[in-house]
Amino acid sequence: MQEDQPIVLKIENIHKRYGETEVLKGVSFTVKRGETKVIIGPSGSGKSTLLRCINQLTIPDQGRVWLEDEEVTHIKKDINLFRQKIGMVFQDFNLFDHLTALRNVEIGLIKVKGMNKKQARERAYNELLRVGLKDQANLYPAQLSGGQKQRVSIARALAMDPSVILFDEPTSALDPELIGEVLEVIKNLALSGMTMVVVTHEMGFARSVANEIIFIENGMILDQGSPYDLFINPKHERTKKFLYKITELYGKSKDE
Amino acid sequence: MDSLDFIKDIVLPPLFEGTLVTLKLLVFSIPLGLVLGILIGTGRVYGNRIISFLCTVYTIFFRGTPLLVQLFVIYYGLPSLGIYFSPFTAAVIGFVICSAAYHSEYIRGAFLSIKNGQMMAAQALGMSRMQAIVNIIFPQAIRRALPGCSNEIIYLVKYSSLAFMVTCVELTGAGKIVATRYFRYTEVFLVIGALYLIMVTIVSNLLKVMERRLKIPGLG
Ligand SMILES: Nc1ncnc2c1ncn2[C@@H]1O[C@H](COP(=O)(O)OP(=O)(O)OP(=O)(O)O)[C@@H](O)[C@H]1O
Ligand SMILES: [Mg+2]
Repeated sequence: MQEDQPIVLKIENIHKRYGETEVLKGVSFTVKRGETKVIIGPSGSGKSTLLRCINQLTIPDQGRVWLEDEEVTHIKKDINLFRQKIGMVFQDFNLFDHLTALRNVEIGLIKVKGMNKKQARERAYNELLRVGLKDQANLYPAQLSGGQKQRVSIARALAMDPSVILFDEPTSALDPELIGEVLEVIKNLALSGMTMVVVTHEMGFARSVANEIIFIENGMILDQGSPYDLFINPKHERTKKFLYKITELYGKSKDE
Repeated sequence: MDSLDFIKDIVLPPLFEGTLVTLKLLVFSIPLGLVLGILIGTGRVYGNRIISFLCTVYTIFFRGTPLLVQLFVIYYGLPSLGIYFSPFTAAVIGFVICSAAYHSEYIRGAFLSIKNGQMMAAQALGMSRMQAIVNIIFPQAIRRALPGCSNEIIYLVKYSSLAFMVTCVELTGAGKIVATRYFRYTEVFLVIGALYLIMVTIVSNLLKVMERRLKIPGLG
């Protein structure tokens, strides 16, 4: 269904080196509107670094990023304008600890988008509603469960009306019984046509919503394709082994 | 004249006047010291190399030298450069400079204790570094720094007595003058002690109320 959709995000030949080690060795891919790309790969393979290179929280040594028709890596353009349109959801939530759930969601609207307070509050409240947290609007992060925190952080990203949302292992810091509620929210986003790049090892989730799975190892894309291609017919023996291992490790989720 | 009458008629009037001067010193020194401390602390953590270096030197210098020496330099030393201050102004400047150096330490520590993820999340939303510091990092850091800064403010209430050394007649100075005139040190300094105790109690309760007002679950 995404075949004829425009490209939202284009990543071209991203390189990043920390000291001696080259963490990313030329990664390229594109994401079309409405697509969900799932990125998998062993620990330390550069997945988080790659996501941070997309919104320039980490500046890549080489390579370019485009959001819609504009180059994000263009030196003269204001990176903050792009970041507004690239949502990011972190493994450990990074909610603003001094703000209630509602204020966490509205602060970007007020301070970054310059929306008036009343409108921002209404919008923030609706986003909390969307992730099932209207009753928690006035609680502080310390008073929320991990699953609730992550849903607030998703609401915070959604409120900005991003063109694409990057998820960095959104469920890895959660107790097993809380993973489901967060995956549910992300899955609904996928179904509603949100464009997303999701680093995750939840294979049940990947199989049910990913348009494409990208397997990264040692800073390079080793394999990529539809869930069917990768699970049934991977190019490399290595991909098969890794998929087998994480499916063992993370168990099969309810979707299978 | 017995002790009570002596205290009531002779000691208290000048001491109350002295207390007013002390309070006036504090009203200027506490907020200005805190503001300067916040600026210096912020400069140390978030300033560029030069600003950060200058702020660090400031702190080392003013924490490393006695306040009394600083006051003497401001009041007796600077006139030789053509800079004159009234005793009151000289005292306020000394207190602000000195307490700011201590505040900046607490502020700096508080900034450094905020996890990097807070800055990342703020920037990911599209905030500039400055916006992130003002809207996200600072409100958390100030809450963490508050207990330390409160302590420093309480010290300041007491070391404000050094103003007398640059001839600003505040509470201790006023007391010293009456005590010397009548040669009644014990009564006079007991009363002075009681007045400081009252001021410290009031100030620390105000600070506690403020801490409670600013308290947020999971922070502080
Ligand atoms: N700021 C940094 N400074 C130095 N090295 C870093 C930095 N960030 C990441 N690295 C290194 O880069 C490599 C890739 O890290 P990255 O976090 O991108 O991996 P990852 O695939 O996300 O791993 P995980 O699955 O554990 O999250 C690691 O070896 C890491 O130590
Ligand atoms: Mg990672």
